[in-house]
Amino acid sequence: MTDIVPQPAPVIPVRRPSAEQSATRLKSRYAVERRFKALGLGSLMLTGLFLLLLLANITLNAIPAFSEHAAVMDVTLDPAVIDPDGKKDPAILAAADYASLTRAALMTAIPGVEGRAAKKQLASVMSSGAADDLRAKVLADPSLIGKTIKFPMLLSDDADLYFKGEGVKASSRPGTGTITASDSKGQITLTSADNAFAALTDTVSKFDLEKDDGGLVLKSSMPSHLVALNGGLVKLSKISPSSATGEVLTPLTSAGPAVGSAWQFVTYGAPEGNRQVNDQAATFLEKLKASGVVQKNFNWRFFTSGDSREPELAGIRGALVGTFLTLLVTLSLCVPIGVLAAIYLEEFAPKNWLTHIIEVNINNLAAVPSIVFGLLGLAVFLNYFGLPRSAPLVGGLVLALLVLPTIIIAARAAIKSVPPSIREAAIGLGASKQQAVFHHVLPLAMPGIMTGTIIGMAHALGETAPLLMIGMIAFIVDVPKGLTDAATVLPVQIFLWSDLPEAAFQQRTAAAIVVLLAFLLLMNGAAIWLRNKFERRW
Amino acid sequence: MTVAYFAVLAALTFAAYAVAVRRSSAIAVAGPVRLHSLPAYHGLLAASVVLVPMLLIYLIGSQLVTTLATSNALSQFPADVQSDVMKSGSALRDVRNLAAGQHSGDASPVLTSAAATYSAWLERGTYAIYGAGILAAFLGLAMSLASIKPSFRARTHFESVVNIVLMACAGVAILTTIGIVASVFTETMRFFFDPAIKGRPGVLEFLFGTEWNPQQAMRADQGDIKSAYGFIPLLTGTLLITFIAICVAGPLGLLSAIYLAEYATPKMRKYAKPVLEILAGIPTVVLGFFAALTVAPLVRGAGASIGLDVASESALAAGLVMGMMIIPFISSLSDDVINAVPQSLRDGAFALGATKSETIKQVVLPAALPGIVSAFMLAISRAIGETMIVVMAAGLAANLTINPLDAVTTITVQIKTILVGDQEFDSAKTLAAFALGFVLFFVTLILNFIAQRFVRKYREQYD
Repeated sequence: MTDIVPQPAPVIPVRRPSAEQSATRLKSRYAVERRFKALGLGSLMLTGLFLLLLLANITLNAIPAFSEHAAVMDVTLDPAVIDPDGKKDPAILAAADYASLTRAALMTAIPGVEGRAAKKQLASVMSSGAADDLRAKVLADPSLIGKTIKFPMLLSDDADLYFKGEGVKASSRPGTGTITASDSKGQITLTSADNAFAALTDTVSKFDLEKDDGGLVLKSSMPSHLVALNGGLVKLSKISPSSATGEVLTPLTSAGPAVGSAWQFVTYGAPEGNRQVNDQAATFLEKLKASGVVQKNFNWRFFTSGDSREPELAGIRGALVGTFLTLLVTLSLCVPIGVLAAIYLEEFAPKNWLTHIIEVNINNLAAVPSIVFGLLGLAVFLNYFGLPRSAPLVGGLVLALLVLPTIIIAARAAIKSVPPSIREAAIGLGASKQQAVFHHVLPLAMPGIMTGTIIGMAHALGETAPLLMIGMIAFIVDVPKGLTDAATVLPVQIFLWSDLPEAAFQQRTAAAIVVLLAFLLLMNGAAIWLRNKFERRW
Repeated sequence: MTVAYFAVLAALTFAAYAVAVRRSSAIAVAGPVRLHSLPAYHGLLAASVVLVPMLLIYLIGSQLVTTLATSNALSQFPADVQSDVMKSGSALRDVRNLAAGQHSGDASPVLTSAAATYSAWLERGTYAIYGAGILAAFLGLAMSLASIKPSFRARTHFESVVNIVLMACAGVAILTTIGIVASVFTETMRFFFDPAIKGRPGVLEFLFGTEWNPQQAMRADQGDIKSAYGFIPLLTGTLLITFIAICVAGPLGLLSAIYLAEYATPKMRKYAKPVLEILAGIPTVVLGFFAALTVAPLVRGAGASIGLDVASESALAAGLVMGMMIIPFISSLSDDVINAVPQSLRDGAFALGATKSETIKQVVLPAALPGIVSAFMLAISRAIGETMIVVMAAGLAANLTINPLDAVTTITVQIKTILVGDQEFDSAKTLAAFALGFVLFFVTLILNFIAQRFVRKYREQYD
């Protein structure tokens, strides 16, 4: 036995910082702390900003699509065109050439349009849907034939955008001096003895313009300059201080001089090359606007019609019905299967390797990319079982498989949260295991299951990629009537429209997105409400 | 036919229930002994004994009848049509159309007789199904009525039926996986090894080829168009966009989660959480629209203003928006993990004089690291599999580049591009999409598997 000699404790030299040093260090540590906290808050704010930017951007884009412009005009329902033999046979009434009537009404409203090109331009201001609307009105009430009615005629998408302020900013200022027109229509020359155009040449001189024997040649890449005189409108193509040449867009009442305030310079703000509505069409639209017939309505058509190649006629009804049918299939499949599967796994499954595989499998399925489910649908449902393409039935099946793991996981969590005492009490009173589960546990777990279901359905509602695989991407005008009709769904409609070049379709895409988000918000709101109202903490 | 059969099925099921309930309640009231099971259980058992065989007969029978009708109709055609998959397929389509009265144009005599055989077999089969179904139903009904006795354990029997149904429902998840693996895997195998497929690549050629051009010759005289199935450009494109997305979402999501878990007041959490949930709930097609319409021009404009040439469908724009999509994913998973770190660890650090940020950086984050890593892996797998954002905002050109300003394409974009529209199922091009799907499924599966392993391991440490 040896004595343990107590060793002296090793002396560690401690370098205590001075009070000043530790104060500085503390200061810098606190600065780091503040920076770190600000960084966290900053990233949270940035995320919020992203969301805000996204929602604001889409809402702003969508707003114009919720209104449409129509011109209320007198339309003469000429019996010779609509019902030549006077029998009011619906088949003949439906086949009549209503487009000629609406065109005639437009020509009456804007008189004096001559030349094929100008007439075609005028007709293009109106949508082809105006004739369809007129047909529907006549078919609904054949007694109107022969009368002249006031009828709101839908304008084309370009005209519509023009009135929504996307097009031209027209402005005018009075002229000074005297100008004389060489003719009342066609290509004319305006001459001025007192250099009345000098004001305009100064304005346009900042553009780098070519000269052509003393005159500046105006380009389509700059704002358009026009002159209004003698009740008509002339688009200038070449100007010099003392003269200007141009094309008459609206015929003058007479050739000859106009003095002082009797004539004006008119400017169409945006360059003609950059807009859908050219100067000729713009004069028609300005005229319609001046005569007070243009009317802005809420765009009900967007909700009541199917898809169309014409943006002003396209609506989301078909997509909404398709979505409804698809989700109906999804809901009626994945809720029973999901809930029963959850009950089995949570309450009855023996703890063995098979159950373990099923559990791992469900967790993995929840993370499989959605497009892979589309491949499954294509190979199994379409190719192997020969189900119809583009049908809500197949879409619903694929989406059901897609959201099944979500619902099983949510339902299991809800069942698990019911305390064992409930089961034990039921079993203690003589209930069988199944009676305890179906009569007592399931009702108590229901709010949680419903919440999970709604969230799963919201997920299904926004899903696009797998539906592209099974052909729900076709251009379909008709509203689907059954589960096996060709249909599309709202997200796919959004995808289809977003690919189209017309500005009006971009706005409609945004509007469809607003509708989709509104539905999602509604569903998530319902889920939160359910959770707060019914979910019990044990 | 289907509707009528199911109407009969429903009627018989309800009848069986009603009769069995009446019969058993009569015994219960009249007899001296009490029933073992409630009358309702006798009814339910009788109903299920009618319902299940009828359903099975319909499901199996209709498959059998179609197969029989098809093979008999096909046997009318000449041998060369029967042996060629393509020809027999189109012949069958004609037969079906003619039998359904939708055939356009004149039908050849062979076709007419084949269609007649087809409809005859279908008709015969329908009668057989009806007969067998109704017979089985009545047999089942008779059996269950005969067994109604006070001592009969109807509830036990019915509960075992329910148990089988429950098991079958849980099995759907397995079936889905089997379906995915079988369909994607068999098509992939055909893509690589089926000698009937023209222009198929070798496995190595696919995995390491650097050129992707799945163009198919439409006609024989266009045969000089060379298709190439090199996977590498798609892989780099996918990884590039995923990398950009993680660069955006990683720091933002993680820092947001840290702030929410450690600094935010309960009130702040109450408002910030829904914001993240809304962002998580926005459909990807909406984000794709935003990327294509707003972010891509912005990126392009910003690039132009500092003299960079940015492609109009740049990887950067798609990656940025994909990052937005992933932020809530990373932040909510990380938030859970950080909250699961025991408070005692923090208290220990505070007791040693650490500031809050020092505690987080040196104690909480290292403890939560496995969970955070798994969150990132799940986010990566989500980004790789994401389709709509890249379809709408990334390009189609398979450029082999790591320049984020160039247009790249991804696996999902190519799957979508190849498979949208009518496709023959026997061309190498279509099968290539399945091969890509297989790769996608496999990669995401592995990422998820590893991530789940990580989480489990981590949980064990602190529970």
